Amino acid sequence: MIEKSVDIAVIGGGPAGLASAISAKESGVKEVIIFDRNSWSGGILPQCIHDGFGVEETGLLMTGPEYAEKYIKMAEKIGVKLLNETTIISFNKKREINAVNKNGIYKIKAKAIVLAMGCREKTRWNVMIPGDRPSGIYTAGVAQALINLYNILPGRNVLILGSGDVGLIMARRLKLEGANILGVVEILPYPSGLPRNVVQCLDDYDIPLFLKHTITSIVGKGRLKQVTISQVNENLRPISGTEKRIECDTLLLSVGLNPENELSKVAGIKVDTRTGGPIVNQDFETTISGVFACGNCLQVYDNVDILSLDAKKAGESAAKFIYYQKNKKNIQLNMGQTFLNNIPGNGISYVIPQRISKFGDIQLTFRVKKPNELSNLCVSSNEKTIFEKELLCVNPAIMNKINISITKETAIKSLEVKLNDG
Amino acid sequence: MFNFHVAIIGGGVIGSAIARELSKYKINVIVIEMGSDVASGASKANSGVVHSGINSAEFSLKARFCVEGNKMFQHLADELNLPLKWIGKLVIAKNDEEINKLECLKNVGIKNGVKGLKIIGGTELKKQEPHISCVSGLWVPTAGITLPYQLTIILAENSIENGVKFLLEAKVKDLKKKNDYFLIETNKGNFQSDIVINASGLNCREIVSMIEEPDFNVYPCRGEYLVLDKNYSSLINSMIYPVPVVEHGFLGIHITPTIEGNLLLGPSSEYINNPNDKKTTKEKMNIIFSEAKEIIPIISKKAVINAYAGIRCKLSPPGLYKQVDYIVEESKKTPGLINLLGIESPGLTAAPAIAIEVSNIVSKSIELKQKNKFKSKSNKRKRFSEMSTEEQSALIKEDNSWGRIVCRCEHVTEAEVIKALSNPLEAKTFSSVKYRCRAGMGRCQGGFCTQHIVRIMEKNFNLDIKNIKLKSPDSKLFYGRVRVEKGD
Repeated sequence: MIEKSVDIAVIGGGPAGLASAISAKESGVKEVIIFDRNSWSGGILPQCIHDGFGVEETGLLMTGPEYAEKYIKMAEKIGVKLLNETTIISFNKKREINAVNKNGIYKIKAKAIVLAMGCREKTRWNVMIPGDRPSGIYTAGVAQALINLYNILPGRNVLILGSGDVGLIMARRLKLEGANILGVVEILPYPSGLPRNVVQCLDDYDIPLFLKHTITSIVGKGRLKQVTISQVNENLRPISGTEKRIECDTLLLSVGLNPENELSKVAGIKVDTRTGGPIVNQDFETTISGVFACGNCLQVYDNVDILSLDAKKAGESAAKFIYYQKNKKNIQLNMGQTFLNNIPGNGISYVIPQRISKFGDIQLTFRVKKPNELSNLCVSSNEKTIFEKELLCVNPAIMNKINISITKETAIKSLEVKLNDG
Repeated sequence: MFNFHVAIIGGGVIGSAIARELSKYKINVIVIEMGSDVASGASKANSGVVHSGINSAEFSLKARFCVEGNKMFQHLADELNLPLKWIGKLVIAKNDEEINKLECLKNVGIKNGVKGLKIIGGTELKKQEPHISCVSGLWVPTAGITLPYQLTIILAENSIENGVKFLLEAKVKDLKKKNDYFLIETNKGNFQSDIVINASGLNCREIVSMIEEPDFNVYPCRGEYLVLDKNYSSLINSMIYPVPVVEHGFLGIHITPTIEGNLLLGPSSEYINNPNDKKTTKEKMNIIFSEAKEIIPIISKKAVINAYAGIRCKLSPPGLYKQVDYIVEESKKTPGLINLLGIESPGLTAAPAIAIEVSNIVSKSIELKQKNKFKSKSNKRKRFSEMSTEEQSALIKEDNSWGRIVCRCEHVTEAEVIKALSNPLEAKTFSSVKYRCRAGMGRCQGGFCTQHIVRIMEKNFNLDIKNIKLKSPDSKLFYGRVRVEKGD
């Protein structure tokens, strides 16, 4: 067993891990190590060869690999250590981490931990699609890795279920590689990916989008042969008589993402069932002191730019935590002492942070449940409105952020974030 | 042309158990399996239960082989390092009427020779199974769980070590009786054999009809399952069964913990026309889930990580409300053809006892002399995730591929995948890897490890990307390269 101690251990070397590690290091932390199970850094980015990364953050239009490279170079330059091909097996409340790689088994004692494990794709079974179990059914992300990283063509006649961003991007990607894209099937009355992706990946290539449709049958003994799609009613139940049979050899699933928090749960961190990520306070601290969460394991972000900005804040908080621990100061970071719980109200699917433990300006991140052209957002405490704003064109695919001021006067009991109809 | 003393058609748990039993003797044995691996049919898609014998009719072969097989399992597990846990089974009653049925079950069990049966209730029951909703339960301590596919694989691999030949992806096209031998035609060549053992499960009638007019019918009956995430494993301590409705001809939707820590919900029961129709249906998924939820109210649909179906080989037609027994006998019309017909549940439990019965039948026409060097033991296959830190460290030092986790959900290492692919059956599909080392069997269902396993298949085993299969001969996974690379 290899024993080690480190100031900050970052679990996961994707964009969130890199951004948080860089900001922690820049805040003056001596030793920051990023642990990643892959043989490369950058997480999912190296397989995202389309562009659109970095615009909001830097004004530069980059591809996934370019964006990753920028961060990896910066991390290396300022002395963040990247330990790849290393899997974290578990960690505990004392921030002791068990890890494994080619050199052996590690026991690592960390002063602070940043969780950046990312998310995983929902599978066919998470959404319970019945039928045969042939080969040729892939999640969109696996297909993306096969094509872009491993030079493997998963299929030729492709149907895509789910209009999430990865699904839309894969429709275009496979089309460009000469595959026949038979359509994108979406159960909701509106696409779940970003509007620009619907235009750039489907409309520009004449790929049909079947809204209010779902898959009702999968046929194929060896390889996939046929998929039946049906229209759904308001309750999302298939309407009989609307079946359409589509001959295809490949089905890609883009039916949602689940934050990866198996490690968090084993450690005893409380997870929000709405986000699937750890419950955090305004400093991204989880319910275990000194353990912070960022990136897609906290919540599934729309794009990497906002994710990186938030992750940097998580990294700064981890650095502050170490500083205050060392200097026995516990004034500014009122860690652990929650005095406000944030509740998603009418029309809101979740709010982050779920807890607030200090006064001052706080950023709230939330998602709405349904698209709407004009809505009135209201934040209230003890039934008293403390913040109001008109929101234009809200969409569940687009994350919203607002800044509110928390004072002794405005914040009593819990904060409710809600939309007023009309 | 190859000559064998015994040819076994079908590499399921029955065929593999017979092969292993016959491998103790100085005879040449071949197993002909049409799938890309053993356990390709009902043997992989069942509850994995080592039954006690309370559910089989008195004096039936089912009851006899089940009770005998049950008693043989511990020895078999010790010899072959099989996964086996005697977690016991609880048949639960939800009302007074069902309590009476528990008494009936208990009596049948006692007559079949099942030991330790006990009806429990109240605080004892609540203490044993705090999450279960019921009023009383029949406790069956002699019921256990195993991994059905691993059991089959281990039996087959031990047979190979003892000289049995296994032929995969070999479909029997015709079977002819010549004077004193059989001629077996397959897509992998023709073989001669003195004795043919028909252990082909659902295809048993097709095989018989190649040689004589069958006097029985097979009625395929599909059973669907749902698999729950390991996070739910602590909800129950033993298998939980409802009181079976005899007229339904099956045990009812039950909840079974697996050796690996998942929960199985199911199976449903539905007669179907096409014996290959292993599809799952929304209707049954919903029924299974809601019936299971009646037993354990706190389960949620979010916990489902997989669904599959297996097909029972029933000799009883739909609507015949009684059990039809197994047929295990030499054909009267065709001497030398040993038929195993209608081996449905509790076939897994019965397998070792059936193997001995078949070996006795074989010994009537062929002299069975014990081999001097029968290797009865097979090596311990401990998983990386189950080892102590010291064991893990030592292995990584020896071979660093033990330090590379390929399957993140189940913590399976590269070394284990390589080992799985180096199996003596030479089965090299994705499922072969999955059933041997569990890579791809966790909650992401292969989302992260697919690409790593492909890389290992290409790099370490020189498999062509176009020939990599999911499970069966026609289940190719990929269509080749996207781009031509330098050197390709």
